[in-house]
Amino acid sequence: MAEVCLALVVVGITAYAVLGGADYGAGFWDLTAGGAQRGGRIRGMVQRSMSPVWEANHVWLIFVLVVVWTAFPVAFGSVFSTLAIPLFLAALGIIFRGTAFALRGHAATIREARVLGATFALSSVLVPFSFGAALGGVASGRVPVGNAAGDMVDSWLNPTSLLIGVLAVLTGAYLAAVFLADDSVRAEQPDLARAFRARALGAGAVTGLVAVGGLAVLRSDARALFDGLTSGGGLVLVLISAAAGAVTLALVWTGRFGPARFSAAAAVAAVTVGWVLAQRPYVLPPRLTLDAAAADDTVLTTLVAGLGIGALVLLPSLWYLYRLVLQGRLDQDYEPLDQRFRPLSASDERDAGDAGRAGGAA
Amino acid sequence: MPDAGFLTLAVEQVDGALGRTGGPDALVARRMQALSLAVHIPIVCFGIAFPAMILFVEGLYLRTGDVTYKALAKRWSKVALTLFAVGVVTGTILSFEFGLLWPNFMATFADVFGVGFALEGISFFVEAIFIAIYVYGWDRLGRRAHFLVGVPIVLSGFTGSFWVLGVNAWMNSPTGFTVVDGRVTDPRPLEALLTPNLGHELAHMYLAGYMVTGFIVAGVYAGGWLKGRRDRYHRTALVVTLAFAALASAAQGIVGDWAGRRVADSQPVKLAAFEGLARTQAGAPFTIGGIYDADRGEVRYGIHIPKMLSLLAHHDPNARVTGLDAVPPRDRPPVNVVRVAFQTMVGIGVALGLVGLVFVLTWLRHRRLPRSRWFYRAVVAAGPLSLVALIAGWVATEVGRQPWIVYEVMRTSQAVTRADGLEVGFAVLVAVYAGLAAAVAWLLRRLARRPPETEVAGAPATEASRA
Ligand code: HDD
Ligand code: HEM
Ligand code: HEM
Repeated sequence: MAEVCLALVVVGITAYAVLGGADYGAGFWDLTAGGAQRGGRIRGMVQRSMSPVWEANHVWLIFVLVVVWTAFPVAFGSVFSTLAIPLFLAALGIIFRGTAFALRGHAATIREARVLGATFALSSVLVPFSFGAALGGVASGRVPVGNAAGDMVDSWLNPTSLLIGVLAVLTGAYLAAVFLADDSVRAEQPDLARAFRARALGAGAVTGLVAVGGLAVLRSDARALFDGLTSGGGLVLVLISAAAGAVTLALVWTGRFGPARFSAAAAVAAVTVGWVLAQRPYVLPPRLTLDAAAADDTVLTTLVAGLGIGALVLLPSLWYLYRLVLQGRLDQDYEPLDQRFRPLSASDERDAGDAGRAGGAA
Repeated sequence: MPDAGFLTLAVEQVDGALGRTGGPDALVARRMQALSLAVHIPIVCFGIAFPAMILFVEGLYLRTGDVTYKALAKRWSKVALTLFAVGVVTGTILSFEFGLLWPNFMATFADVFGVGFALEGISFFVEAIFIAIYVYGWDRLGRRAHFLVGVPIVLSGFTGSFWVLGVNAWMNSPTGFTVVDGRVTDPRPLEALLTPNLGHELAHMYLAGYMVTGFIVAGVYAGGWLKGRRDRYHRTALVVTLAFAALASAAQGIVGDWAGRRVADSQPVKLAAFEGLARTQAGAPFTIGGIYDADRGEVRYGIHIPKMLSLLAHHDPNARVTGLDAVPPRDRPPVNVVRVAFQTMVGIGVALGLVGLVFVLTWLRHRRLPRSRWFYRAVVAAGPLSLVALIAGWVATEVGRQPWIVYEVMRTSQAVTRADGLEVGFAVLVAVYAGLAAAVAWLLRRLARRPPETEVAGAPATEASRA
């Protein structure tokens, strides 16, 4: 049963890394899109793609949290007390990201949209970095069992954490570019599709390079993790991930963005599973094993049964949502973010009236 | 201190799974938890109650084909979606705070009550999915399909709060585990989910959700009414929201009485704090207002009603009611905070019940809204008041449970994190929430000022412009 629960956690982390990660990555492209006019088209696409799905995507995080605290309560308490700083930062980032994004849909002037957009975009970088850094702390064996028993700073400001934090940001950006390219094709915006294609290729290449270079960091900073990733099951999955990454690049190169969605997701999934295999049998290396961390069997069985019943409702619902989204039935009319605000008049107040179409993205 | 003569505790107390850690007090952590809840709970009232109101109005549209209803439902659904987003982020903060603030509590008990949260997670998932489909699916799905998509939102809003309240009820009446030598063993998650206190908490909070949503939204339109906006659109909005709020207010008094009796049975010391009752006695009086004086062991300057408390708590004027003296001072909650909060809630509850009554009577007799401007002023005030009652009720419940985090099993001070810097985190959080509140207020004002969507019967999507 402990293994089943661990598998659920892995599924949750993967789903969040892929779906949530892409939403954060979209924020990254929003951030780097350039000035209001030049970036308006990119931002419009980001807004349009994310609006119907980001809340559902976010729930994967909640899912991971509740499964971890129910199935592995001691590990949860230890991680959250020692890694309080990055996790608090992530939580703040989540507030800013979600609120700013939701409000931007109602912005009536370009100035408002800019402030909200900047908040949205900056926090979109902060959150994956913080989560990555926290994960690096666990993976490199810096979180002991106990109430804030580990080092509050070194546990997340260390080479492994920095590496994984940066990789998390890059991976999200890569995924987002692939997804947005596909969405642009569906929205019949070929020039945007080209722009995102270029970004996907660039981000994919950089992510790959950092990942390979990062192995050297792991070798010196987190030897056990390095050994796990370069032998046995860990190695197999790392290779699968690399292969999936390469396939994705090829698909993007040739403009087949639909299948690229799935191979990109597979690359992330493989590396997540690889990480879990690499630190087997530990949940919190170097001491707390899976069996020692797992809650009583009654709890695990009830949890799995409950989630199983829930899945009977949830999976069809998810299928329905993504089907509607991928069929374009929920698509909003595409409009560049800055377009909504033309013509700009001197007074924002009057603007709000002129730009009555603002409700469209709400 | 020798405990002889005091009430024996129901269950043996535990040592935390992360050791006997924690500080002497958990004040900052408590403030942070309370702050975050005080932000989250008002927002989620809209998640509980708004979908049902929206669906009701959409149902009217389907039956009559009158586009006013559609415009209203559409507008409300956009508000609901935005508030849902804020509910999501503030709820996420709460989930993080469980670990950030109370790691030892989680490490010790999360397995016992965690399944509830897992199911809660599923509920929110479903809610998030369908609310998105609903709002983005206006005019894109068939009319009937669109209505049906709303149904799971209502259901999952209910089940979501069901599971959270299950956990809170469990903290107040913990069951489903055994304590052996200070360690928690034999967790029985199903038993922990369905504790005796769940029934009244669920009903009471659910009704509170309808009151808060109903009165706040009605207040917005009542404000418009006072300024002369009295077209069909505004009238419909007022009637629907007031009807929900009035019915909920009437039921709330009954459920509140039930809650009081459950507290009298399961947490007698908390009830004693609600009432400022120092000594255990038969035929206990009920006191309105006043301040509890711990040195004298009595409420001063209040209005005493003989035997009333016994009557309310046990439905028997001569029943024995447990006083604060049943437990040693260190096991008593801060009486005045709890008592003022409790009396505030009940007072507001009665007042709002009256507002609801005026509405219902006028409607039944004349099929119209009341004419007096005072009625509309009262409705404008009712929104904020219902919020105050909501928070006050939670303060009474949660502060009334202190010093326990798990009633009579684990102390709050033992559960708290040992990480430093909570003060910094608290200050940051205050600033962030202030910003959040400003942003939401800004948004709601903007939405309220925008004119209603123009809906043309049978026509596809037309977004309003203020031309
Ligand atoms: C709109 C809000 C509202 C209103 C008008 C009332 N309440 Fe309430 N009350 C709450 C909102 C609330 C709550 C949602 O905040 C609480 C906190 C915990 C809970 O389950 O509901 C609560 C708790 C609560 C408790 C403690 C339950 C516990 O500790 O388990 C009691 C005894 C009452 N209430 C009694 C009343 C009475 C007699 C009312 C008279 C009309 C009343 N409430 C009106
Ligand atoms: C891990 C779980 C929880 C812990 C550790 C916890 C602990 C606390 C503490 C210590 C306080 C502050 C009391 C004070 O100010 O003295 C508090 C307040 C409160 N809690 Fe809980 N609680 C938890 C779960 C819940 C749940 C599940 C709910 C609701 C369903 C809830 C609702 C509240 C409310 C509404 C307040 C008071 C808000 C205010 O003062 O404005 N709590 N909680
Ligand atoms: C300590 C207590 C609580 C925690 C940890 C918590 C956690 C959460 C989380 C994580 C979400 C977001 C779900 C998502 O991602 O979609 C959420 C939303 C929600 N919560 Fe809470 N919550 C708490 C208290 C409450 C209480 C007291 C209620 C009311 C009874 C409540 C009702 C809801 C509802 C209805 C939503 C849906 C969002 C919305 O409608 O705005 N929660 N909560």
